Amino acid sequence: MFEVLRNETLAPQVHRMVVRAPRVAKARQPGQFVIVRLEEGAERIPLTIADADPVAGTITLIIQAVGLSTQRIVAVQAGGFIRDVAGPLGKATEIHNVGKVVCVGGGVGTAVLFPLAAAAARAGNEVTTIIGGRSAPYVILRDELAQFSKEVLVTTEDGSLGVKGFVTAVLEQILNDPARKPAEVFAVGPVGMMAAIVKLTRAANVKTVVSLNPIMVDGTGMCGGCRVTVGGKIQFACVDGPEFDGLAVDFKELSDRQATYKDHECKLTGK
Amino acid sequence: MNKRQYTPKERMAIQRCKMVEQDAAARAGNFKEVNQGLAEAVAIEEANRCIQCKNKPCIAGCPVAVRIPDFLAKVAEGDFAGAAAILQADNALPATTGRVCPQEKQCEEVCIRGKGGKGQPVAIGWLERYVADWGMAHASAPVPPATRTKYKVAIVGSGPGGLTAAGELARIGHNVTVFEALHAAGGVLRYGIPEFRLPKRIVDREVANLEALGVKIECNVVVGKTITIDQITSEFDACFIANGAGVPEFLRVPGENLKGVYSANEYLTRINLMCAYDPQPGRTPILRAQTTVVFGGGNTAMDGVRTSKRMGSSRAILAYRRSRAEMPARAEEVKHAEEEGIEFMFLVAPLAILGDDKGWVRGVRLQKMELGPPDASGRRRPVPIPGSEFELECQVAIVAVGTKANPLLTATCPQLKLNKWGNIEVDANQMTSIPGVFAGGDIVRGGATVILAMGDGKRAAAAIDAYLKTK
Ligand SMILES: Cc1cc2nc3c(=O)[nH]c(=O)nc-3n(C[C@H](O)[C@H](O)[C@H](O)COP(=O)(O)OP(=O)(O)OC[C@H]3O[C@@H](n4cnc5c(N)ncnc54)[C@H](O)[C@@H]3O)c2cc1C
Ligand code: FES
Repeated sequence: MFEVLRNETLAPQVHRMVVRAPRVAKARQPGQFVIVRLEEGAERIPLTIADADPVAGTITLIIQAVGLSTQRIVAVQAGGFIRDVAGPLGKATEIHNVGKVVCVGGGVGTAVLFPLAAAAARAGNEVTTIIGGRSAPYVILRDELAQFSKEVLVTTEDGSLGVKGFVTAVLEQILNDPARKPAEVFAVGPVGMMAAIVKLTRAANVKTVVSLNPIMVDGTGMCGGCRVTVGGKIQFACVDGPEFDGLAVDFKELSDRQATYKDHECKLTGK
Repeated sequence: MNKRQYTPKERMAIQRCKMVEQDAAARAGNFKEVNQGLAEAVAIEEANRCIQCKNKPCIAGCPVAVRIPDFLAKVAEGDFAGAAAILQADNALPATTGRVCPQEKQCEEVCIRGKGGKGQPVAIGWLERYVADWGMAHASAPVPPATRTKYKVAIVGSGPGGLTAAGELARIGHNVTVFEALHAAGGVLRYGIPEFRLPKRIVDREVANLEALGVKIECNVVVGKTITIDQITSEFDACFIANGAGVPEFLRVPGENLKGVYSANEYLTRINLMCAYDPQPGRTPILRAQTTVVFGGGNTAMDGVRTSKRMGSSRAILAYRRSRAEMPARAEEVKHAEEEGIEFMFLVAPLAILGDDKGWVRGVRLQKMELGPPDASGRRRPVPIPGSEFELECQVAIVAVGTKANPLLTATCPQLKLNKWGNIEVDANQMTSIPGVFAGGDIVRGGATVILAMGDGKRAAAAIDAYLKTK
């Protein structure tokens, strides 16, 4: 059993939870995730480790309550317990000092982006961060990212905060400005967003790392349910990823596969 | 106690017993165990078919050399406690192996009663199951040894290999901790082999017995990620790695990532470990199909296709590259599957999985094969028949064509010597290239069997005990 020490709301349906998991906290590196199972009978849900404190033995998870399972997880209050937390899983982010990097986060993808951006800054890169959301309340972690970013640019679809529109428009400007053009882009968000970003960075010839979130079961390479096509080859996102060369990822297939059980959940919850 | 004495002639005249089975049509729609077990009188009579022959080929046929004639003699007398004592001393998981061992290729294959024309071997597997179940029903919880040694042993993986080693070491009095990556113990016995072949209560009982012996089982620990072998060797006096075979192979044909294509591991894990057969909000989902096609010919393929039938497929089809004779699956499973209405397609190979415009599986394209000369494995190699391609409609396709070694653990422990397939190399005592670190089961052998993993666990436990004494 893993105790929940803190649970706060960051944005509508987005929670930051601090969980006691000493072994995971000690071993964890940026880019890795855990698989969480709330209770007997529940699904196994992969969640990025947003942050960890090896001394306190805690990990921080940022969770968007998109489906029933995540809704139940974020409903656990401080003092409550999560039955299973396994990890840290996946490969650690490969961070080098390349000079300028742009980190792009969409929606709850910003939570996955956070540890990558922090690690990129720690490695000595000049980090420009672009985060987007539906409207102002959905823009998360802005102040936290500002602590190590040269600037944090915000976009909202309704214009309630920052630039009205999508993150891609802001990124495009930066890519087109020789003085600001980065050596590398990190992008995490909905598949459509990552695909759109890769379209831009491919044209600009900029290395792009994306973090993928296919459906997973075990998270150890045993089932292959998380497979994605990268550079024409099957890769298991849970062990070979979750980060991949964005220019080589088959996003169409990924978004297709992510929809496998869409109807299923609707049926079961009667939506 | 049964006092009936048989003359040799009477003994030879007893016909092999029949297993009581759940009705085929009924069981194809439920997950309850197919075999219902033997009645006491039937078990005793069957055991009397053993003529206690001089050479006892069955013992040599058993990968862990269970003293089969001895336990059969006890059953023949009606002394089940005596039989159970012999069986349990030689085999750590008899209720499991009695159900899943390929007896027809081991003890029963060489049984002298099976020789010559119409001969039928003694039903050793069914009797093993009978005695083991009797033992489970009548035994009290095991008591931990009165004194503990000062040694700590770590076991990686809680499949049959790990569980066996843990039990043997705990009985000696060593302090044993099992690290398991998943949230429940049992390995393939838990997530792979379905309830209708091996009820999970048996796995639960084996695990509970180990805990009663004082074994600590820590789930959610992925060795190589959560902790490393180096950390284990610094905290423990010895270690046994039995983390199984791991990574599923795919077919390498177009369409393999369409929605509706599963590896057998994924399909079975969703259903067995994650209870997807019981649809409830918040449960792991699973696709249900009118027609399911499963590729492969082993136990895993058989479990996949029979499970899909139980999940409601009106057509559940097994497509195998070779012919019936080459199928590695247990003979009893093939028989059960046929009775349940599973369709077998032999000598066909997949060319492609076909999808619709929304990315769902709509069928498979197959090619007919014929058997050519034997290949390296000694089995006749299937060769394609040109122009024989055809399509088969289905909505779910399950790939069960084998697994390869999972590098997750070994990649983080470069000192561990591997063979060219990534399996861990061991000596005759199951010791790896790292002193004090032992390994066994599928991670050493590649995909093998429960009984071989168990045998490795037992041999490793003895070697670990000897190793600790030299420390
Ligand atoms: C569907 C199916 C049906 C089968 N049917 C039969 C049959 O009828 N008869 C038969 O004899 N054999 C059968 N087999 C084969 C048999 O199950 C295996 O040979 C046997 O289970 C191997 O045992 P093991 O202890 O080596 O590993 P496993 O049973 O594979 O157990 C390994 C355990 O280690 C855990 N693990 C893996 N990596 C790590 C890690 N890094 N850290 C911690 N834990 C880890 C896994 O989660 C797992 O629980 C079948 C296999 C399958 C898949
Ligand atoms: S989640 Fe099962 S292999 Fe990646």
